[in-house]
Formats: sequence, structure tokens, C-alpha cells
Amino acid sequence: MADGHTEAVLEGRWSGGVAPYATGSKKLGMWLFIISDSLTFSALLLAYSYLRLATPNWPTPFPFNPAVVYATIMTFFLLSSSLTMVMAVANAHQGNHRKTVYWLLATMAGGIGFVVLHMREWFHLFHEGVYPWTNPYGVPLFGGTFFGLTGMHMLHVTIGVLYLGIIAFGFGKKKFSSEDVEVSGLYWHFVDLVWMFIFPLVYLMSVRF
Amino acid sequence: MSAHETDAYAGTSRLYLWVWGWLLALTAIEVYLAYIHLALTLMLTLLLGLSVVKAALIIAYFMHLRFERLSLFLTLWPITILCIALILLFFFPDSARLRELRPY
Repeated sequence: MADGHTEAVLEGRWSGGVAPYATGSKKLGMWLFIISDSLTFSALLLAYSYLRLATPNWPTPFPFNPAVVYATIMTFFLLSSSLTMVMAVANAHQGNHRKTVYWLLATMAGGIGFVVLHMREWFHLFHEGVYPWTNPYGVPLFGGTFFGLTGMHMLHVTIGVLYLGIIAFGFGKKKFSSEDVEVSGLYWHFVDLVWMFIFPLVYLMSVRF
Repeated sequence: MSAHETDAYAGTSRLYLWVWGWLLALTAIEVYLAYIHLALTLMLTLLLGLSVVKAALIIAYFMHLRFERLSLFLTLWPITILCIALILLFFFPDSARLRELRPY
């Protein structure tokens, strides 16, 4: 955590609340962003769940293969990329720059795999005539909530991959500190966390038997 | 963590592998639950419950909050959870009522 510049701040931990959370300001800032983003996603998920429960003829268009199989593999990708991210952070704190970059690249690969599978899933739905504004099931809101939620999440994953790329590049060149890697890790785990809600609520609640 | 032991990042690879394994296992249980015919509200409750457990595992271990100061957790999460719970409390009884009102 402390890379010299934060160390001076942390020394005051018992002397009048200079750093009451014993974290650097970047880390605290990322945590605050995560709180605000979790409320954004809560609002989207709650709006979706409200409509899902209130609409008796809500469509259940996701077959086991490909939709649920794809979504389960995507969950596996994200969870595994969180594990590689943890390894990246641990290596960054030990000062293994090369290993950190490799683990970050592995994490990015997980994210890219997720986005590629998700786009295939989207195009599969477009092919069936399901769009954000219309679908063949007679409940147009289905597309609005589905593409709104998954699109917002996919945007987060895409930004996350770019963010990790910048961090990997900068940390490899020894321009960024291990705290920067840890803070990018917080963001990445949060994107994983949000998927833990979208996967069951959007996919598993609408499987075709 | 004091300033002098900061480079020892708490938690071992073994611990993180365990958490990862549990998250995968809970995901498998969720997929299974989707395919046994359950009442909509019961299924929603079970899936949400399992998701909350998974989120807690991610926050505590992957996001390292369990190894941070308690004050950081107390500042961030209780009020957020309260906010979300309040919205849930106001919304869901109403969505169930709407379901009864619809002439389908």
C-alpha cells in the first residue's frame, strides 16, 4: 500500500486522524466511486426486477444452449479474472514488476473473453429480432431492461480492460505504484461483483424450460 | 497493517483459490436452482440471497476489505445497504400488487 508518498501520511495514524482509514487517497476515492456506482446498478437492477415481477407474461427466451451456457462461461471468465487480478496485486506489492504485468494481461484476457462472448450473445438475440426497442415476445420493456443492464455492465468491463491496459503499461515502465495496481483491482472486482447479480436476475430468472 | 509491514499484502494464494472455488460452486447452485421449477418470488429470493453471499465474498477477500480497518467498511457499506434495502422495501410489495391488478 504505502509507496513512500503515502507512508508519510500513514505515520500519523494514532496522532489525530490524519488517515483515519489507513489508506491512500486514491484507494479511498475508488471505494467512494464504487459505492456510487453500486447505487447506479442497484437502481437499474431494481427497476428491472420490479417490471419482471409485475409483468405476468414476461418473456423467458433464454435456452440452456447457447444463452445459459454462454452466460455461465462468462461468469467463469470474470471470476477467474478476479483471481488473476488478486495475483497481480499481490505481486505488485512484492515488487515483481514483470509477473504483475503478466497477471494483469491474463486478467485483461478474461475481460476480453467476456466481452466477445457477450457480443455473440447480443448478435444472436438481434438475429431473433430482439432489439432494445422491440422484440417478438410482445413485452418491449424486456429489450429495454436487458440491453440497458447488460450494456451498462459491458461498458464497465470494456473500460476496465482499457484501464488495466494503461496500468499494466505504466507499472511495467515503473511509472505507477503498487497502490495504482491495487486501486485498478478494486474497480475490476467490482465489475465482477455486479455480474454476480446480473447473471442470476437477468438470465437465470428467464430461462426457457 | 502498520506503515513498516505494508508490503506484506494480507491473504495467501491458497485463501484466494478457496474463495474462487466457493464462488464457482455457488454459481453452479444458482444454475441448478434456475432449472427446478420454483415459484417466482421464492426463486428471486433464493437467487438474490446467494448473490449477496457471493458479493460479500468478493468484497471481503478479493477487494481486501476484511484486511482493511473496520472503519473503512463501516463508513462505506452499512448505509449503502440500508439505501438499497429501503428501495426494495418500497418497491416490491407494489410490483406484486400490480401483478394482481393486470387483466391477464
